[in-house]
Amino acid sequence: AMEERPYRSASGAPIALRCRQHSASCRELAVRCPRLQLRSLSAVTSAVWLAAYGLFAVSENSMVLSAAIFTTLIGLIIYLHFVKVDQESLLVIGSLGIQVTSSYASGKESTTFIEMSQVKDVVINEAIHMQKVIYYLCILLQDPGDPQGVSEVVPLFQSSKPRLDCLIEVYKSCQEILEQRKTAPQSS
Amino acid sequence: MVLKVFFPSCCSSAESGILIGRWISEQNSAVILAVVHFPFIPAQVKQYLSEVQQVTKVSVSVLGSWSNSKEKKEESLSEFLEDLGTIFSHEPWIQISKEGDSKFWSCSTLQKHSNHPKEEEIILVYYDQRKVMLSHLHPPLDTATSTENKADDASKLAAIFDTVAKSRMLFMVDRYDDGPIKLTHWQSDGVEASIIVELLKQASVPACMLLTFLLSLISGICKSRVLKFWPLSFLWSKLSTCEQLGHRLQHLQVISSNKKAQNQTQLMRKANIFVSLLIDVALGMLLMSWLYRKNRIGHLADTLIPVADHVAEELQDLLQWLMGAPAGLKMNRALDQVLGRFFLYHIHLWISYIHLMSPFIEMILWYVGLSACLGLTMALCILSDIIALLTFHIYCFYVYGARLYCLKIYGLSSLWRLFRGKKWNVLRQRVDSCSYDLDQLFIGTLLFTILLFLLPTTALYYLVFTLLRLLVVIVQGLIRLLVDLIDSLPLYSIILRLCRSYRLAAGVKFRVLEQQDGKPLRLLMQINPLSYGSVVQTYRLPTYSCYPKDSWTSLCKKLFLGELIYPWKHKGEKQD
Repeated sequence: AMEERPYRSASGAPIALRCRQHSASCRELAVRCPRLQLRSLSAVTSAVWLAAYGLFAVSENSMVLSAAIFTTLIGLIIYLHFVKVDQESLLVIGSLGIQVTSSYASGKESTTFIEMSQVKDVVINEAIHMQKVIYYLCILLQDPGDPQGVSEVVPLFQSSKPRLDCLIEVYKSCQEILEQRKTAPQSS
Repeated sequence: MVLKVFFPSCCSSAESGILIGRWISEQNSAVILAVVHFPFIPAQVKQYLSEVQQVTKVSVSVLGSWSNSKEKKEESLSEFLEDLGTIFSHEPWIQISKEGDSKFWSCSTLQKHSNHPKEEEIILVYYDQRKVMLSHLHPPLDTATSTENKADDASKLAAIFDTVAKSRMLFMVDRYDDGPIKLTHWQSDGVEASIIVELLKQASVPACMLLTFLLSLISGICKSRVLKFWPLSFLWSKLSTCEQLGHRLQHLQVISSNKKAQNQTQLMRKANIFVSLLIDVALGMLLMSWLYRKNRIGHLADTLIPVADHVAEELQDLLQWLMGAPAGLKMNRALDQVLGRFFLYHIHLWISYIHLMSPFIEMILWYVGLSACLGLTMALCILSDIIALLTFHIYCFYVYGARLYCLKIYGLSSLWRLFRGKKWNVLRQRVDSCSYDLDQLFIGTLLFTILLFLLPTTALYYLVFTLLRLLVVIVQGLIRLLVDLIDSLPLYSIILRLCRSYRLAAGVKFRVLEQQDGKPLRLLMQINPLSYGSVVQTYRLPTYSCYPKDSWTSLCKKLFLGELIYPWKHKGEKQD
C-alpha cells in the first residue's frame, strides 16, 4: 500500500511524504525535499560570470574567465553531490532495525542502519534552529551499560525539516511497529 | 516472534535438498550456509557436520529443507521433506520451496514441540556469501574500547558475519569432489585460486628470511660501540635523517617477521607498511631520475653558493641597520657596536667557510642525492637537514641573543627584588624580605639602572634573531609534517576501500525487493562500506610525531623570558 501526501517544511517549502507498507512489520517512510530551483541556479551562475567579466575587463587576463567557468562547474558538482538532498527515507523493519537513507541530487545515497536492540525509542523533540524553534524527529539509542540511559540521539529528516503534522504521521507509523517488539514474547 | 532467514543468493538456483547453517536462537534467526543435495545418507551428513563443527567452532546443523521444482509442485516430495524433519530434529524446521522461475518463494515452519503453534511472520534476507565472508565488520569508533559485558550485547550482525567468515572450511568442498555429500554454496562450481598469489606466497618465505638477516646485520652495525661516542651520537640525534632511517628500518622489521598476522588489524598494518614503503621508494626513484637528468645537480650546486652568499649579505645589511638607528629607536651606542661587530665577525667566518667548501659542494650533493633512492621521505629529511646546516649561523645568533637577553632578564628581576628589599629564598622556593646594607643597596641600584637602560638594545637584537629562527623552524616543521603525512597514510586501506569496498564494512544496508501478498517479506542485505575518513583514522600508521609539545601560552612565556625554544621535539628525546 502506497500513499503520498503534501506537507510543508519548517521554512515553508513544499515537501511530500510517501508512506509504504511492505508487510505487517516493515514500513518505509520517505520525505521528498524541494527540488533545485532553476531560478536560483541561473542567478548564481550569472552573478559569478558577471563578476568574472568585470575582472577580465579590468585585468585583460583570459585566465579569469576560464577560472570562473571551472569554479562554477566544480561548485555545481560539489553542491549536487554533497549538499543537495533529494529524498530522506526511513525504513523500519520490526525485529531487524531502522535504516535511515539520504539520497543526494547526484544519485549518491548515504545509509545508516541501526539495529533494533540499540533503539530505545523514537520521539519528537524541540530544538532552537537559527531564530526559530522547530520540531524534529529523532531516534534515541540505548546505552549498553545503563538500561535507563540514552547514549546517543540520532536526528532524522535534517535537510527537509518537516513540520509537526508530517512528523506526527511518521511518529505514529514508527510507534506501531516498535510496539510490536514489546508485545512479542521472548524467544527461549 | 518474527523468524529471520538469511539465504545466500548463490543458492537460489540450487537443486532440491536440505539446508545447513547456524541457528541463532536468541535472535530467532537462521543463517543458511549451504544446500546438501539428494541422495545422501543422514548418518554421513551428521558425521560431516560434526567434523565441520570441530574445525570451525561454528555450530552448524541441518535447519530445514529446500525444494526447487521446475514443474508443478509434487505432493510426495513435500511429504518426504517433512519426514526429513523427524530424522534431523531441529526446532523449528524451515521449509522453503520455489516453483519454476518465480521470484516469490513460499516459506513455512514446522514446530513439533511447542505447545502453542502460531503463524509467525518470516523475513527472507538474501546476502552475497562471498562478500560477507571476505568482509570485516568495524565497530563504531567510540565503542571500540570493549567492556566485559560486550559479549552478550554484541552486535547481532557481527554474529552473522562471524558465522560466514569462520565457515571457510565448509566452502572448500566443490561439486567436483568425490565425497558422499554434494553441497551448493558460492564456491561449489570450483574453488578459485590465483597462480601469481600462490607463487608470491612461496617466494615470500625465503625473501623474508633474507631481509631479516640483512636487517640484523644493519642493526648490529648501528648498535656497535664505534657509533656511540659522544660527538657522533649527538650528531645522530640531531639529524632528522637518522630518525627517519631508524623508523623505516623498524617498518622493514615488521614486514619481514616470520610470524603470520594474527588478526585483521595486524594484517592491514603489514600491508599498509609494505605499500607505503613501495610508493615511497618509487617516488624517490622518480625524483632521483628527474634530478640526475640534464645535470640538474650541477645547476643546484652552482646556485647554492650564491644563495648562501646572498643570505649572508642580507644579514650583514640587517646588522648595519641595527647598529644605526633601527626604526627610529635610539640604541646604546657602545653595546650596539660591540654586539654588531661580534655578529658581523661570525658572518665573515661563515662566508669564508662556505667559500672553502665550494669546490666540493657538487660532489657532496651528487652522493647525497643518491640517497633519494631510499625513498621520498629520506630526500625530504635530507632537505630539512641541509636547510638546518645552511642556517646554522642564524641558530647560533639566536642562541647568543637569547642567552644574553635571558641573563639580563634574570638580573633585572633579582635586582628589582633588591630594590624593594626582598630576596629569593632558594631553600624555601619563595620570596622573603631581607635587610640589605647601604653599600649593597647602592651597588644594586646602580647595576639595576645600567641593566634597565641597556635592555632595549639587547631586546631588539633578541627579537630580530628570534624571528629569523622562527622562520627557519616553521619551514623545517612544514617539511616534517609532509614526511609524517607520507609515513602515516594507510595507502593499502584506501586503495582497498576504493576497489574492493565490501572488505571494509561499517555496517549493512537493506533493500526491500518486490513483494507479493501471502509470501514472506523479501529483503536484500548489502554491505555498507566504511567512509574514507574512518578508514584513515582506523588504520593510520603510528609515527614519531613531532607536533609542538608546548601550548601557545607556554611558548609565549618562554619567548618573553628568553628561554631557548625547540618546538619540534621528538618523542623520547631528553629535554635540553
